[in-house]
Amino acid sequence: MGNLLFNLFAVFTVVTAIGVVVNKNAVNAAMCLLLSLVGVAALFVALEAYLLAFILLLVYAGAIVALFLFIIMLLDTKGVDRPRITGLPLVARILAVGLVALGIVSFVARGSVATPDPSTIPALGASLKLYAYQLFTTYLLPVQILGFLLLIAMLGVIVLSKRFEGMGDIK
Amino acid sequence: MISPTLDSYLVLSVVLFAIGLLGVLIRRNTLVVFMCLELMLVASTLALVAFSRYNGTMDGNVFVFFILTVAAAEVAVGLAIIVALFRKRMTIQVDELNTLKN
Repeated sequence: MGNLLFNLFAVFTVVTAIGVVVNKNAVNAAMCLLLSLVGVAALFVALEAYLLAFILLLVYAGAIVALFLFIIMLLDTKGVDRPRITGLPLVARILAVGLVALGIVSFVARGSVATPDPSTIPALGASLKLYAYQLFTTYLLPVQILGFLLLIAMLGVIVLSKRFEGMGDIK
Repeated sequence: MISPTLDSYLVLSVVLFAIGLLGVLIRRNTLVVFMCLELMLVASTLALVAFSRYNGTMDGNVFVFFILTVAAAEVAVGLAIIVALFRKRMTIQVDELNTLKN
């Protein structure tokens, strides 16, 4: 039963991830990204990290993908006639696909980790208290640094989106 | 619940990362390139949580918080840059944003 659910969600996530890469329309690609995030959240639940699954859906699917959709709608680019890709870029793309496939195949064939039986290992991620304990003792410094990072990111966004005088943007 | 092995989670994480990488290399719309970058980040969080579960530690789980926050900050600033670039160049196809060349 667990295997069936894992296979189902794994295939779902991979198919929607391919949908992100392949879709010509940017809005469709954002929707496929949303679905693949839902698949990954389901895999987090299978790994018994319930808080992380919830936070992934809230932050990633709820805020980041929504932000992407806002910007896609804001930059209203018409579907211009894109020229056919021939010559060197086409060779480069085929080479990229080949190398990525080679990487995946070599990992599957060679890479192997000694896997312990999960029923003997306590699922630490299932309790909320341990997250808070780690965040407040071992990882307190990174939490403070992230506070600064968010402040700097906010300031950066405000500065980048101002129109300065004499910029002369749209011709 | 009988979960699958650690290897299957790692292979899935590698496949997702590879698909995101392919998207970054191949797509010409800057916003879709950015979305594939986020896909790569999510793949790495999956690997972290899988390792953390199968080794009985909390560190991988907690680190996902940091990755998530960094991804959010990066998306905010990156999209602000893209909007500012669009205002100047009126395009977001990466092969038309080539004024640094020659």
